[in-house]
Amino acid sequence: MIDKISPSLRQAVADLHDGASIMISGFGDAGAPHELMEAVIEHGASDLTIISNNAGAGETGIAGLIKANRVRKVICSFPRQAASHHFDARYRAGEVELELVPQGNLAARIQAAGSGLGAVFTPTGYGTLLAEGKETREIDGRNYVLEYPIHADFALIKARAGDRWGNLVYRKVARNFGPIMAMAAKTTIAQVSEVVELGALDPEAVVTPGIFVNRVVQVAPLSVAAAA
Amino acid sequence: MQRMNREEMAARVARDIPEGAYVNLGIGLPTRVANFLPQERDIFLQSENGLLGMGPAPAEEDIDWELINAGKQPVTLLAGGSFFHHGDSFSMMRGGHIDICVLGAFQVSVNGDLANWHTGAPDAIPAVGGAMDLAVGAKQVFVMMDLLTKAGESKLVAQCSYPLTGLSCVSRVYSDVAIFDVGPAGAHVIEMVPGLTIDQLRDMTGVDLQLALEIA
Repeated sequence: MIDKISPSLRQAVADLHDGASIMISGFGDAGAPHELMEAVIEHGASDLTIISNNAGAGETGIAGLIKANRVRKVICSFPRQAASHHFDARYRAGEVELELVPQGNLAARIQAAGSGLGAVFTPTGYGTLLAEGKETREIDGRNYVLEYPIHADFALIKARAGDRWGNLVYRKVARNFGPIMAMAAKTTIAQVSEVVELGALDPEAVVTPGIFVNRVVQVAPLSVAAAA
Repeated sequence: MQRMNREEMAARVARDIPEGAYVNLGIGLPTRVANFLPQERDIFLQSENGLLGMGPAPAEEDIDWELINAGKQPVTLLAGGSFFHHGDSFSMMRGGHIDICVLGAFQVSVNGDLANWHTGAPDAIPAVGGAMDLAVGAKQVFVMMDLLTKAGESKLVAQCSYPLTGLSCVSRVYSDVAIFDVGPAGAHVIEMVPGLTIDQLRDMTGVDLQLALEIA
């Protein structure tokens, strides 16, 4: 019997390793898997590369990982936020490397990885600092930049509900990067507010089919509302 | 000369957004355009973090932190609205499905180059978000900005000195004193606030300006 449900957050992240690349879903707090990130901090893995939209704010989540000095590099579109002081300090000190990627290119590169594409030509960023040194091509009169996939060892994502085969549904804009990160990582770990029986999720409404998910772990519901 | 205030600028942009348009409003000043879209017009607001059919801010007791806009402020979803992931959201932009986006800017050049993500200051931490995707993807890019900086320098320029967000992507600039069409044919003035002349506007901006045919 295939059962992807992990009994605990600790066991869900047990095989993390130093130097791992980790995709983390979320746009601000919405969709950020805070409980899984706390488990990563407790696990102790360091020298991590974090791939996410933001570089964390406040004291928890990605900011907590940076504060605990576990992060070597951040690949993101929008690191600077009102409370991104932990990233700001370590970036300015040269202790965290930043690869800044336009948000849609971040999504496209993650999708390319999950879809098995060797690279994508994207119009975004053409002629700007963020395309400097990159290969370009004119196709049908429009200019494109060649961007390579972003793979990861792990994806930590947040969904509303999941079953033991790993099928997931999300809640409102907490969906954001979850479905595409789930496809791009070697090991995808989803925290959910609710574990349901097989067949309880409407197959017409499943957003992430279980083939993209390795582990599902239940956490108390509505953690975002409480954290915000 | 009577400069338009923020609300008047937002109301003016809203007038030019037609029924049925799919629209993305940037963070900051452009967000205010939503307050002036006429109720009787069906206009679809898209937010990059994965919603279409975005409604106004909720009452305090209805705030849901999993229902926010790109500026991370609580919003609502209209009946008929939908949620989707980031891949689809940016396909909407890049794929040419968004009719209009409204963005703020540091500088816009007369040929429509946009600079709005980075001042280029060596100590600044750069952040780009979805600005570059919107700039190249939306069918029409409107910019809302004061014409002059606080120091009195024109933000409509012959060539941007700040790092670019996109090349030749802006079609129209709504400023506090005038509205310009920009693009390959240069900058054309299509509206001015009462009391302002084209010569004064040329002095203020220092760029080559033509009067659009409809007001010449």
